[in-house]
Amino acid sequence: MASPAGAHDLPEAIRPPNLIQGGEDFSSITNTVARVAEYKPPRGWYIAFGVSVSILGMLLVMLGYLFWEGIGIWGNNQPVAWGWPIVNFVFWVGIGHAGTLISAVLFLFRQQWRTSINRFAEAMTIFAVMCAGLFPAIHVGRPWLAYWLFPIPNQMSMWPNFRSPLLWDVFAVSTYATVSALFWFMGMIPDLATLRDRATKKLPRLLYGIFALGWTGSNRAWHRYERAYLLLAALATPLVLSVHSVVSFDFAVAQLPGWHTTIFPPYFVAGAIFSGFAMVITLMVPARQFFGLKNLVTMRHLENMCKVIMATSMMVGYAYAAEFFIAWYSGNQYEGFVFVNRALGNYAWAYWTMVTCNVILPQIFWFKKMRTNLVVMFIIAAFVNVGMWFERFVITVTSSSRDFLPSSWHYFTPTLFDALVFLGSFGLFFTFFLLFCRFLPTVAMAEVKLVLPEAHPGHRHHGEEGE
Amino acid sequence: MTADARLYGVLAEFDNVDDLVDAAKQVREAGYTRFDAHTPFPVHGLDDAMGVRPTILPWIVLAAGLVGLSSGFLMQWWMNDVDYSYAISGKPMFGLPGAVPVAYELTILLASFGAFVGMLALNNLPKWFHPLFRVERFSRATSDRFYLVIEGRDPNFGPRTSDWLGGLGCTALEAVPMPDEPEGLPRPLKGLAWVMTSLALLPVAMIANARFSESSTPQIHLVGNMDFQEKYKAQQTSQLFADGRAMRPDSAGTVARGELDISSPQVTGRNADGSYVAGFPVAVDAGLMARGRERFDIYCATCHGLNGKGDSVVSRRALALQEQGKAAWTPPTDLTSQVVLDQPPGQIFETITLGKNNMPSYAQQLRPRDRWAIALYMEALQSAQAAPSEDE
Repeated sequence: MASPAGAHDLPEAIRPPNLIQGGEDFSSITNTVARVAEYKPPRGWYIAFGVSVSILGMLLVMLGYLFWEGIGIWGNNQPVAWGWPIVNFVFWVGIGHAGTLISAVLFLFRQQWRTSINRFAEAMTIFAVMCAGLFPAIHVGRPWLAYWLFPIPNQMSMWPNFRSPLLWDVFAVSTYATVSALFWFMGMIPDLATLRDRATKKLPRLLYGIFALGWTGSNRAWHRYERAYLLLAALATPLVLSVHSVVSFDFAVAQLPGWHTTIFPPYFVAGAIFSGFAMVITLMVPARQFFGLKNLVTMRHLENMCKVIMATSMMVGYAYAAEFFIAWYSGNQYEGFVFVNRALGNYAWAYWTMVTCNVILPQIFWFKKMRTNLVVMFIIAAFVNVGMWFERFVITVTSSSRDFLPSSWHYFTPTLFDALVFLGSFGLFFTFFLLFCRFLPTVAMAEVKLVLPEAHPGHRHHGEEGE
Repeated sequence: MTADARLYGVLAEFDNVDDLVDAAKQVREAGYTRFDAHTPFPVHGLDDAMGVRPTILPWIVLAAGLVGLSSGFLMQWWMNDVDYSYAISGKPMFGLPGAVPVAYELTILLASFGAFVGMLALNNLPKWFHPLFRVERFSRATSDRFYLVIEGRDPNFGPRTSDWLGGLGCTALEAVPMPDEPEGLPRPLKGLAWVMTSLALLPVAMIANARFSESSTPQIHLVGNMDFQEKYKAQQTSQLFADGRAMRPDSAGTVARGELDISSPQVTGRNADGSYVAGFPVAVDAGLMARGRERFDIYCATCHGLNGKGDSVVSRRALALQEQGKAAWTPPTDLTSQVVLDQPPGQIFETITLGKNNMPSYAQQLRPRDRWAIALYMEALQSAQAAPSEDE
């Protein structure tokens, strides 16, 4: 829990801006956040939940058909063996990264504006990683044997091949899912205790009580809790960098032109942060509207996120340019062909969609008016989500559809089932996300209270707290 | 002063952090050791006021991380190099760089569990019942009020403790009784937890049972499409072929792996006792002789000459180069010489098969039958060369 150490001692002119607006105090923060979980949600929630659950149901039907019929129902075939499932995997796992970045990296950098959005972003991470984990698991062909990926003793006396980047990926993504869940749950314990103590009905009190683990707010417990939180943040930061680096190894360790480049790990990490922040805005803008969290998630938070989007947009733009430069500078004709083919070949439409959405459109955030306009940021974030999906499509499909043997070249066409399974993953994501918004503390109350000046000894205030 | 066993402690409520921190400092200075503050968020400065010593948690995390790191490397080395080693893509069985990602992830995974589980264990959590939960006003400890509690079992706790604490600027004061019997989760819930845990163990037990027992019941096919694919397997019938068999017979001349004839006299030129075959183990006729001549003229005559005397164009050229000091040459054997004449056909066959001195093996170029044919033709050459001198 970051603290503006001594911030109240500073002269007005250089005092950090108030991150929380509208004269909120300890009680009102508790009320504002807990109310979301305690009262019936707005009608919009029911509509959104109904739609999400229907799409989730569709996904389950699709998965049933997939398991029955096999992955031949998709468009994957040689030489594009990866196709949409792997595109979707990288897309979702990338989205997750912004959550960890906000909760861990910004925490280590003492960026207190993160406190209002970190719970939200962490939840997004976990649900996005769930969607991400789904795709490689169903892409293995016989998903009921997916446990072979893990080193479990078996009657075949075989072990996985640890020299393969695909296996590194198994460890990276499952570690990421586990640590993110731990981090999220641990951060929520004090807030679950708040909901437990406010609950008036028996069942919510019991359920919140179980998951609050008997938290009493003891200062001796807080002492260890804060240390554990700091350590987890310090562990999650190298983790999040390693996860997308390892995801990029899936490509970079292969020898295919267009994949085999050393720029991939940093390029993938920047892209992941980029897409993740876009997704946070996509979710945050409507959610703060629906649930009345405008004083906690202020325009300042949203504007900061727009700045991050613009910065990472230029990083991925630089990576696109650097790839072309290296393709030319290496003098390798195969590498050169792949990149010319990307920009001018069969998939030029996908390439230029990617460039437009990821590099050109976010430049609008140079203007403060645009950074602070909810409609503009929502639209741009949606474009970035689309653009980042296309980035993974361009990388995965263009390189493998034009491999070393021209006789096997092939134009990849997805099937209806590709599209429905991808759509279904959004149903999975939003179902969990809406349940989270409805039943769990969407804002880290304890952390937000800590941002208030009166949370720190030495700030003599005069009983302005409401009863 | 004696500890009060009937009392959990005295609870003081504060409405701001400054009063809380001041009071905590005084409680500590008064010599109390079993006291705690309860706050909705971590109040910075309170640790110093209360004299909370730094936690050992970082050491637990370090130890867990080191276990993850070392077990990650050991696991990969043992699994891929020792227990089940197989070469793939020319990579070493175990190489440190390739083992880094997995060991790295395991380090973080175990260290994170160390942080989470360590924090809970040091805090005695989960512990679903606490005497303070009985106090109504304490529910605000997780929202907007600050509490200080001195426990009854503190050695310094006495009859005047309560009044003294009340004088430290609190907004409310309350004695918290020790509950008659500790409460935990509701009984039905505990029962449910037991049932669920037992049920969760069932699949594990069933898998273990299936693993170590034999069964004659047929396998259950959940995914028929994958288990019964539209393709032929061994021994199945087929409408596609006249003989009704899905398995097709081998094409003529197919030799199964490991079934190649490499020991009979026909392919070695030697009898079972090691002596050379004296005659020809293949049918000798004019066709064989013609074949032998054709093959000899192609493969042998280049060096040994068309008449077998070794006087070939290649040999003459090589000898000329040798005289100029540009080459070293061993002239090809005269096939009509007595040394060769004395050799049985089996030995000729073996020489063609294995090569001799400068002559390489011709097993790749000439099938066994062709080698016998050449041996036959050589006999004809030898008698043709020898004939005039005897006939004269």
